[in-house]
Amino acid sequence: MDLFGRVSRWGAAAALAGTIAFGSVAATAQEGEPIRVGILHSLSGTMAISETTLKDVMLMLIEQQNEAGGLLGRPLEAVVVDPASDWPLFAEKARELLEQDQVDVVFGCWTSVSRKSVLPVFEELNGLLFYPVQYEGEESSRNVFYTGAAPNQQAIPAVEYLMSEEGGGAERWVLLGTDYVYPRTTNKILRAFLNANGVADEDIMEEYTPFGHSDWQTIVASVQEFASQGRPTAVVSTINGDANVPFYKELANQGITADEIPVVAFSVGEEELAGLDTAPLVGHLAAWNYFMSVDTPENAEFIAAWHDFIGDEARVTNDPMEAHYIGFHMWVQAVEQAGTTDVDAVRQAMYGQEVVNLTGGIAVMNTNHHLSKPVLIGEILDDGQFDVVWETDGLVVGDAWSDYIPESAVLTADWTYPWVCGNCQEPRFPVIGQ
Amino acid sequence: MPIAVIRCLLASFALLVVLAAPQRGVAQDADFAALVDTAAKGEFAEQSAAISALAATGDPRAQAVLEALAERGLYVTAEGQVVIGEDHPDGLRLIDPLTGEEIGIVGSRDVERVRANNSLRRAARSAIGTLTLMSPDPAVRLNAAQTVFSSQDAGALEMLEQALEQEEDDDVRGAMQKARAAILLGSDDPALRLEAVEALREFTDPDIRSMLAALVVQRQDGTYAETDETVRAAAAESLEAIERKLAAWRIAGYVYQGISLGSVLLLAAIGLAITFGVMGVINMAHGEMVMIGAYTTFVIQEVIRNHAPELLDWSLFVAIPAAFVVAGLAGIAIERGIIRFLYGRPLETLLATWGLSLILRQLVRTLFGTTNQEVGTPSWMQGAIETTAGVTMTYNRLYIILFCLLVFAGLMVALRRTALGLQMRAVTQNRQMARAMGIRTGRVDALTFGLGSGIAGIAGVALSQIDNVSPNLGQGYIIDSFLVVVFGGVGNLWGTLAGAFSLGVANKLLEPYAGAVLGKILVLVAIILFIQKRPRGLFALRGRAVEA
Repeated sequence: MDLFGRVSRWGAAAALAGTIAFGSVAATAQEGEPIRVGILHSLSGTMAISETTLKDVMLMLIEQQNEAGGLLGRPLEAVVVDPASDWPLFAEKARELLEQDQVDVVFGCWTSVSRKSVLPVFEELNGLLFYPVQYEGEESSRNVFYTGAAPNQQAIPAVEYLMSEEGGGAERWVLLGTDYVYPRTTNKILRAFLNANGVADEDIMEEYTPFGHSDWQTIVASVQEFASQGRPTAVVSTINGDANVPFYKELANQGITADEIPVVAFSVGEEELAGLDTAPLVGHLAAWNYFMSVDTPENAEFIAAWHDFIGDEARVTNDPMEAHYIGFHMWVQAVEQAGTTDVDAVRQAMYGQEVVNLTGGIAVMNTNHHLSKPVLIGEILDDGQFDVVWETDGLVVGDAWSDYIPESAVLTADWTYPWVCGNCQEPRFPVIGQ
Repeated sequence: MPIAVIRCLLASFALLVVLAAPQRGVAQDADFAALVDTAAKGEFAEQSAAISALAATGDPRAQAVLEALAERGLYVTAEGQVVIGEDHPDGLRLIDPLTGEEIGIVGSRDVERVRANNSLRRAARSAIGTLTLMSPDPAVRLNAAQTVFSSQDAGALEMLEQALEQEEDDDVRGAMQKARAAILLGSDDPALRLEAVEALREFTDPDIRSMLAALVVQRQDGTYAETDETVRAAAAESLEAIERKLAAWRIAGYVYQGISLGSVLLLAAIGLAITFGVMGVINMAHGEMVMIGAYTTFVIQEVIRNHAPELLDWSLFVAIPAAFVVAGLAGIAIERGIIRFLYGRPLETLLATWGLSLILRQLVRTLFGTTNQEVGTPSWMQGAIETTAGVTMTYNRLYIILFCLLVFAGLMVALRRTALGLQMRAVTQNRQMARAMGIRTGRVDALTFGLGSGIAGIAGVALSQIDNVSPNLGQGYIIDSFLVVVFGGVGNLWGTLAGAFSLGVANKLLEPYAGAVLGKILVLVAIILFIQKRPRGLFALRGRAVEA
């Protein structure tokens, strides 16, 4: 299958680029050995639709860094592997990157199940993974930096917005999701949050569908019925990638507009809307930390560089791309600060690193390995972009363990002294005398 | 928070002053300008108040401002002037909302767009509704009455009653009366509310059910939204009557959705019924034939979009034969290139075609990229028939049901009435004898496989209208297709038809009660049990064909 894929081509290109870079730098720098950056994104299979773009954005960032003189006087070299949307293969490829290719850092994974599958490998071999996608939280590994949003940086603000008068004052909630770990956990947190805000269980409808579900007639009809109980209703969608298109088509065809029942989605961004006639979706919402439409100089520069790199003006940018942008720059700064690519030293240097967000403000890496970043809520426009209608006043600190689930509310993630722990109730090294 | 409250109070006070001002003259102009200003620049609560106030002025200029706001076309210039912006090749054409005159053309970054979220746009639209109740065009009035109905905006009542007095068109009158009743539900006078509840009883729209349900909702502190007991009882009674009517309709709705799902299953499975059912080839790449059909549709549509955009609505009629030919040729190539060497070795066929499906998917991914491709829906396939009882029949699915029946009928004719059909049946029933009679069995095999693949391609055209056009399109249908063919009875097209529709209806009847995931599992278990009892499926072939 690889024969027909872009994998081999890219691999060859990357290797070539590496050799050229190596050749030119070796003359100037004594320790010209390239720093190897692993890229672990599916380039084939179901997830290729989302992950290929992330591989490309990483190649662009690495190229930019090399043009700016590399890192520690050494060039960066991308090592691209294709885990082919196959979860166990993710673990194998991660091991290959860390043991054979001896990479210093890995940027990769999209689905939670792929992250869960590589986690033991990174912990065993003490690797470093940057994970760029919004996820369900309830995790903090010593070897992973989570640059996507935790539930309190996406799901909770979105629900708060829809509850507010401005957002329509929703009182009844439909939680729709694809049947796997991310929607289930997010909805568990959301239900607890809604209950805490006085929403009774009978005012919450929770529905799950199989992956790639394409016949939404019955579910859309039952959402409409659930909504006709005299109180404002909103839909929170954690529907996974591919199933979204038929879902939104059915909504539009059944004449449900965002005026009547707004749908807020956590996995629908610019890239997903690219395959869709967006006219009937205008007004439905998405919550992210980044929208392509945000007009800042940093973002304009990023988009221009992206179009230049990919050679296609029509390509969009999205939230996980910004997460890689932030993660990569933080890692570069941490390596410069530590003066080495050694994982333990870099990890210590990561805490408190700051990078200017593409949407304005400054992202900060916290000791729980999650970012502080702003939360934006956008409404879909008819050109497939988002109109930002609401944003948080300042940065929101990513919370690894949700405060709304009793068993995780008591847990703390903090990888600095005295805690040094990803899920503890007590610090590992309690300060004596306090 | 207190600051926001004070702001709100100040704003409402300002509005009161504005509203109390004399209705004509220079002062009115200034007030209008102030309202436009607040609607564009205020806090959310101020904005919505200003929007209703704008509608209440009845000022003819208000409509343009509100429409601009609702369509996100209201801007604020660097100097703080509120302007209406229209798209222009060089940026935006700015219009002064007060005078209606053009100010000039600027770049889109020189002005700041007024943020209008769903709530504001809804408010603006309902205000436009109020303003257009007296329009000379009955269609506009009908639309206005419906907007007022769904907004239940008490501010529109006076206008509505005036409009009702003059209204002559019966349809519009009915809609206005419905809207009036809806507004009166929120009135302070219990007698009026009771009257409204009585008036709304005869309708079964989901909206009205929603309004009545709102009256009988018990709040958390035990009080009711509706304080008067008689009204509440009347509302509860009306609600029950509506529910009874709806219950029967709902079952009808499920059955319709089931038939619709069945038609999609049938389309996907019917090609397989030939390649697997008639020829006995386990073709795991069948889903990819469907995908090829969908991508052909995409390519055809792109070509038409670029060369003859006026024909875009009819692109599907070009795509159907094109998809049949492309997928059919692919099928013939597969049969001649791979499958003919593997006849009688089902396991090898399964593995080879599965590998082929991987190759085809990755090939498409390389050619077209990994993202979904957008296939437009022609205008005549958009929208839905909405029955009053809340059952919605969308046009795209209605057409697909019709289309699938046509394809089925066409295939039946091809198999029963053409020479090729006769040869196909002869070859599958007794290959040696057919060959002895002078039929070139190899050629017939290739054509049969091509026919099955071509029909899968046609299915792709239909599926491009309801599903993602992505390399994985076929994967979602391959298992279901095999289920349908096995359940219906291998080798029997009528069985495939019956199998597809019964699976569709069973799935949809189970889904509301068991959920989509469990529903699917239950159907699967039922099929396994059924196959245990009747291994040859619903319609078993009898006689000599079975042994062949």
